[in-house]
Amino acid sequence: MVGLEHYLAVAGALFVIGIFGLFLNRKNVIIILMSVELILLSVNINLVAFSSFAGDLVGQIFTMLVLTVAAAEAAIGLAILVGFFRNRGTIDVEDINVMKG
Amino acid sequence: MTVADYAFYLFAILLVASGLFTVVARNPVHSVLWLILTFLSASGLFVLLGAEFVAMLLIIVYVGAVMVLFLFVVMMLDVDFAQLRGGMAKFMPFALLIGMVVLIQLGAAFGDWHVAEGSDALRAAVAPDANEIHNTAALGMLMYDDFLMLFQLAGLILLTAMIGAIVLTLRHNPNVKRQNVITQMHRDPAKAMELKDVKSGQGL
Repeated sequence: MVGLEHYLAVAGALFVIGIFGLFLNRKNVIIILMSVELILLSVNINLVAFSSFAGDLVGQIFTMLVLTVAAAEAAIGLAILVGFFRNRGTIDVEDINVMKG
Repeated sequence: MTVADYAFYLFAILLVASGLFTVVARNPVHSVLWLILTFLSASGLFVLLGAEFVAMLLIIVYVGAVMVLFLFVVMMLDVDFAQLRGGMAKFMPFALLIGMVVLIQLGAAFGDWHVAEGSDALRAAVAPDANEIHNTAALGMLMYDDFLMLFQLAGLILLTAMIGAIVLTLRHNPNVKRQNVITQMHRDPAKAMELKDVKSGQGL
């Protein structure tokens, strides 16, 4: 019988893969954005699993809100990426130093 | 093991494997395709959990919109991805270290957790019986009654993202001639053309 722990283990594995991807692809902004999507997906799996096993629908409402914010983040991130590529001709994270941060 | 259990293991293995291939794939287009498979497997898990609406939302919003956006950007940018991949071997030990640390932390939290006493009484919206009212209707009633404010704010976030994306990417090209209705309407016919009396056989 598959219980809550199984879903939590899958979500945890996905979260670790997302973090791993963030540090593995330090140069490529597109893969970094995809890793962030993976992390948000693992959070969503956690929310839905708890919502389903506790019998509380609020978790699914929050999943939808997380989904909205993730979609907005992806759109803005990709727009910034396109603008940066037009101006500098590269998407290497190490070259993003215009603001001297 | 029932059919649902087999389906869970199938979707879980697909999810983790495709997630891993997303971050280690050499070609970003392959990365996006693996990410699509990840989202499809996750929506399969959601269906198994009884959250059908969120599962379909994941397919429509993520696979249908966000991933296509990623695919467009990856294909539009003329980047030498092989050069960006160069540092992967260099970052591998550090990434593995960070991954192991996070895994150990999650494992420590996973090893000792329990449901609090009386947590059933704390539920804000008890899920109704699935035989009486289906998931979508129950979520709709909850969202438009109790969470209307959050719903509207989510719409505002999307509006902000839309305006931001347009402002960031819209570019005016000075070489393109565009129709200007106001100037067109204020053209004076007397100034716009000139009548010349041409004598025959001479030209101007």
